[in-house]
Amino acid sequence: MSIFIDKLFRYASRFVAMSILLLVAWIFTVLLQNSMESITALGFDFVTETKWAPNLEKFGALPAIYGSVLSTFIAMVLAVPLAIGVAIFLSELAPAKLKSPVGVSIELLAAIPSVIYGMWGLFYFVPIIRDHVGGIGISMLTAGIVLSIMILPFMAAVTRDAMNTTPDILKESAYALGGTKWDVIKDIIIPYAKAGIIGSFILALGRAIGETMAVTFVMGNVHNISLDITAPATSIPVTLANEFNEADSGLYYSSLFELSLLLLIISFTIISIAKFYFLRRKRIA
Amino acid sequence: MATIAEILEEKTLEVKDFEFTYASAEQASIKKLTMPIAKHSITALIGPSGCGKTTLLRSFNRMHDLYPGNKYDGEILFKGRNILQEKEDLINLRIQIGMIFQKPTAFPMSIFDNVAYGMRLQGMKNKSELSDRVEKALKDAAIWKEVKDRLKHDANGLSGGQQQRLCIARAIAVEPEVLLFDEPTSALDPISTSGIEELIVELKERVSIIIVTHNMQQAARVSDYTGFMYLGELIELGKTEDMFVTPREKLTEEYITGKFG
Repeated sequence: MSIFIDKLFRYASRFVAMSILLLVAWIFTVLLQNSMESITALGFDFVTETKWAPNLEKFGALPAIYGSVLSTFIAMVLAVPLAIGVAIFLSELAPAKLKSPVGVSIELLAAIPSVIYGMWGLFYFVPIIRDHVGGIGISMLTAGIVLSIMILPFMAAVTRDAMNTTPDILKESAYALGGTKWDVIKDIIIPYAKAGIIGSFILALGRAIGETMAVTFVMGNVHNISLDITAPATSIPVTLANEFNEADSGLYYSSLFELSLLLLIISFTIISIAKFYFLRRKRIA
Repeated sequence: MATIAEILEEKTLEVKDFEFTYASAEQASIKKLTMPIAKHSITALIGPSGCGKTTLLRSFNRMHDLYPGNKYDGEILFKGRNILQEKEDLINLRIQIGMIFQKPTAFPMSIFDNVAYGMRLQGMKNKSELSDRVEKALKDAAIWKEVKDRLKHDANGLSGGQQQRLCIARAIAVEPEVLLFDEPTSALDPISTSGIEELIVELKERVSIIIVTHNMQQAARVSDYTGFMYLGELIELGKTEDMFVTPREKLTEEYITGKFG
């Protein structure tokens, strides 16, 4: 009897686990099916065309891809040094009394729903950019900054955790050779935690590139490739969030699906790379 | 009062009325400890777990300063000064008094960079001088033959015994006057252990050595002097050959004959 229950449990858990894979396959199939019309009609032009004019039946994904990449790039450039700084402070420099309260509040920040970052960005951050940097405030730059603030807590927390895995005895060995705190941080802790740190950056990158709500508020949904980062722009998720309601033709509808398929592939690739780094860290440790 | 045999050699360190209290503790872990350490000799510290031997060892290079709230009292004299003073330059102290740990601690870098690390911290940049001294340190640590063809390889690819010898090479490369060994073979197999023991004996020509060990045979094999500690106090310090044959304190005798510990 108990063997039967064991068997039952094993099959049940196997079924539940397999269902995740089935779900992913299902999502992928749906996206692919719905994209077929646009893939056959537009081919490779879809990703090289710079014009997105649904009324003229012109669908070029390049402005959205450009916006996704550039806003994420801005976010990473701003967030990476800050995250490293915060993590170093929390793991090595902060007095014990500060470590835990600051650490916990950063973890709480990471839990703020992204729509709140978007609202805050629109009502309080857009005017600051408009008045002090230029443009109308709704722009690529604003989106990049809001994204960077959104991913910063997660990056800082994971980077700190990675740094905390450095064995005390390894740090002590470097101090015992006459190292200063700074020597130990840059020569021992950061190299030791490197795989975990890079993994956390890539996970944050994945989150930033797929982020929808925080940037929809502040980016403007303007399909335009401009080097002026104070100009309004769009990204793949921003386009999707704004335009499904208006998709009145089959091709319009299908090209939005192709955009989402692109996003899925990009995200999958990024997560795979992050996974690779985390796995490597385990092997070393 | 502890029984302390006369030390004929010059002394490298002198502990006087030393007390140490951990940040979280109410009582001192080391109480009024006085102990001379002979130059160019090996002094072993033995005693049951919790007797304070590692705590004492980590006081010689002020390792306890890495964690806030620990408190030193009394004096440890080194080169005519009390190294427990507030103004002591810890970086300089740790260059002169090196340390080897319970587990091998190869840094996440190449074999060469591991050995060069301490010298680079001191600002040495000259490539040929660096590589000369790395080679010499590796030879002195009896590991040169095994690693000379893979100096650029990651040090973590070495075996445990090799890594520990690498750590010794790294420590002697900066030419310290004293080397502290904190149970250096506790993570190693018997063959690697005897290799490290031979190496320690060879090193005393150039450095004064203090070694903490759980292993009484090890203390008997390698050391010139042995200090027996119990409950934060030094019970007896004597020439190793005398102490293991005719201990003067009853407590020492009971410990080395295995009656407790």
